[in-house]
Amino acid sequence: MTHEPVSMETPTSPTRPNIPLASVPGSASMPAVGTTLIDIQNVDFYYSASKALHGITLQIPEKQVTAFIGPSGCGKSTLLRCFNRMNDLIDGTRVDSGSIRIRGVDIYRRDVDVIELRKRVGMVFQKSNPFPKSIYENIIYGLRLQGVKDKSRLDEVVEKSLRGAALWDEVKDRLHTSGLSLSGGQQQRLCIARTIAVEPEIILMDEPCSALDPIATAKVEELIHELKMKYTIVIVTHNMQQAARCSDRTAFFYLGKLIEYSPTRTIFMNPENPQTEAYVSGRFG
Amino acid sequence: MKRFFDAELETFRSRLILMGETAIRQVRDAVKALVEADIGLADRVIAADDELDMLEVQIDDEAVRYMNLRAPVATELRMVIVGMKASHDLERVGDEATSIAKRSVRLSAEPPLKPYVDIPRMAGMALEMLRDALDCFLNGDSEKALSVCRRDAEVDQINKQLYRELTSYMIEKPGTISRALELMFISKSIERIADHATNIAEEMIYLAKGKVVRHTDEVKKSSISSTSQH
Repeated sequence: MTHEPVSMETPTSPTRPNIPLASVPGSASMPAVGTTLIDIQNVDFYYSASKALHGITLQIPEKQVTAFIGPSGCGKSTLLRCFNRMNDLIDGTRVDSGSIRIRGVDIYRRDVDVIELRKRVGMVFQKSNPFPKSIYENIIYGLRLQGVKDKSRLDEVVEKSLRGAALWDEVKDRLHTSGLSLSGGQQQRLCIARTIAVEPEIILMDEPCSALDPIATAKVEELIHELKMKYTIVIVTHNMQQAARCSDRTAFFYLGKLIEYSPTRTIFMNPENPQTEAYVSGRFG
Repeated sequence: MKRFFDAELETFRSRLILMGETAIRQVRDAVKALVEADIGLADRVIAADDELDMLEVQIDDEAVRYMNLRAPVATELRMVIVGMKASHDLERVGDEATSIAKRSVRLSAEPPLKPYVDIPRMAGMALEMLRDALDCFLNGDSEKALSVCRRDAEVDQINKQLYRELTSYMIEKPGTISRALELMFISKSIERIADHATNIAEEMIYLAKGKVVRHTDEVKKSSISSTSQH
């Protein structure tokens, strides 16, 4: 069976006017906040013979922060990495059944351009991982890959991205020093700036603050709060209070199953499932 | 999984139950002191009010400490919040008991205006409401708590009836005014105790279900008019 090639680019892309996976932020066609952006239906996932996710179904709303919580090994990071097909890089992994759709497009269709998908769905990792290059070069790395050479455009993106990541004021006078010279918290915000430089629609964050001190954590959380005006954010965290502070909706996973998915207020104030209550109260996990 | 600080929450819970039991005893003794003109008992009620005051302070202190250091969520958080609010209501119940005891001392100096029938009956109903509200804290029975809320209107009704009756006494025999006024205030105190029991019951529904029922039709349903005139 063949499909039409599916582009992950925005409708404004001059090169590929294909089926849009994403619309331009702020465009008139943008659905209202709260509409489903990522639709996960009955997903089973395997690491070789080991089943890591069991029939996961949930809908992630646009321009909100969704937190995934649960004890280690519960599958939350695995699911997160499904959204930009990062798991494809691990041998023997497979989404065995079900579907993950972003704006209605099944991202596991064989003709989906994975590179384009990863541009639309950026990722920030637990440990900050700036390239061993200057701050400036870190930010424009993605654009350089796309062949952008216009200096004034690159300058503009660097400033906009660093401002967007609340880092501009701290680094504007040393843009050409190494990204590795920054503090841990600044490096993590540099990675966020690098992620937003390619204007993704979704930002996945896998324990983005677990290696940061409380001040750097507060800055990243503040940033998450600001970023959700423009982006849809999915964050995996072991810090329950972080999920409570930052997210609009929270999903609790246990042993590869989605136990409860509700507004964050409900999860922390009046969860339906006793397992969720035990976990958020620190009674197990 | 047991946590090293679980005992703190258990202590908090026990203290609230102790406070409830103490408040019930205070009301029961205050009304008994009135009916039996027992000045000694009335004095003991007045002196024991400090116990409730101290318990309220301890509960507040423990609740703030627990929220500050243990960051409770879900049922635990509701328990701490509800505990603080209920202890405030119970402290007010104690104040009403003290007020009844003081008035019973003054009333004991004169012959009874009338046989005390309605006031003990009304007090019995308010005490039963308090008892049921506290039982809900023990066993999470929110249906019972809802019935407490609905019974409040019956106590209000007796209070109104007493108000009318005592007003007639005062009009007909001005010599009864001081005694009738004392009884009117006692009746009002009991009506307030039933109100506090209702507040506690509403809090217990919140604790059990995470749902706010205060000022909703759910608690007013099937109750007779509860508008208080005084």
